[in-house]
Amino acid sequence: MSESDHHHPTPPSPVEARAAALEALLAEKGLVSGEFIEAIVGAYVNDIGPMNGAKVVARAWVDGNYRQRLLADGTAAIAELEFGGPEGEHMVVVENTSEVHNVIVCTLCSCYPWPVLGLPPDWYKSPPYRARMVREPRKLLAEMGVDVPQSVRIQVWDSSAEIRYLVLPQRPQGSEGMSEERLAGLVTRDAMIGVARP
Amino acid sequence: MSELAVRAEIADMRGRGALPRENGELVFAAPWEGRVFAMAIGVVRSLGLSWEEFRRRLIAEIATDPARPYYESWLAALERLAIERGAVSPESLEELRSPGGDGTPGGDPG
Repeated sequence: MSESDHHHPTPPSPVEARAAALEALLAEKGLVSGEFIEAIVGAYVNDIGPMNGAKVVARAWVDGNYRQRLLADGTAAIAELEFGGPEGEHMVVVENTSEVHNVIVCTLCSCYPWPVLGLPPDWYKSPPYRARMVREPRKLLAEMGVDVPQSVRIQVWDSSAEIRYLVLPQRPQGSEGMSEERLAGLVTRDAMIGVARP
Repeated sequence: MSELAVRAEIADMRGRGALPRENGELVFAAPWEGRVFAMAIGVVRSLGLSWEEFRRRLIAEIATDPARPYYESWLAALERLAIERGAVSPESLEELRSPGGDGTPGGDPG
């Protein structure tokens, strides 16, 4: 027989009880509803990060036709997955190959493809990143953990208000046979900026 | 719908108030953290306040106890905002949060 075999739920921790108390009072006053809370959490969790971009990349890895459409017209192909909107109206997707490594920057400010990558990391907006990625990309990439062999050309793409870039990383070796969903889990934000490999 | 859209002034707070993120995404270690996150947005909106009103209190709470987990400071700041703006009374909050739950007399009567 098992002592854990009873029906009492785990009592809430003190902080959970405090949060629940506040939520109950706010709901009673009509200030915040449970529905609103769930919608906000969903919006921030889904829209703030690079998950959408990861799905785009994973689709391109498993579907050659989609990959071609993505490289030909990024905005339209991304819209097929129902991503898009402000700060992502004109998307150009650039593909890493054994000959070229792409990396994105915004030398002027911090233009960034929000609908696919969420909000930009702080370092992306920092003056040293913006200046050095143009001046000495190979060195900066190495410092960020990506050693690009001399035989591989580095192409730096300067984002602007008009054009936002997204890097399509190379599919990692050993990922053969993985589902699209698992592949998406391998794709990091930094890989889609070009400062990491998946 | 726009009231649910991600707002940069919230998502992109800097310095000590910055939201905990991992690989660019928000990190909620437990469901209550997500709920208090959203509650703050809801309170600010319902009371017609500026986000700065909340952010200022959050920074103050973090400064008071820098070792405290981020969303516990967030909750403390939100309680303070709700009380100071008259949205909830400290007594009702104390009563509800006390162990034993609803109705059981909890903390100090006065």
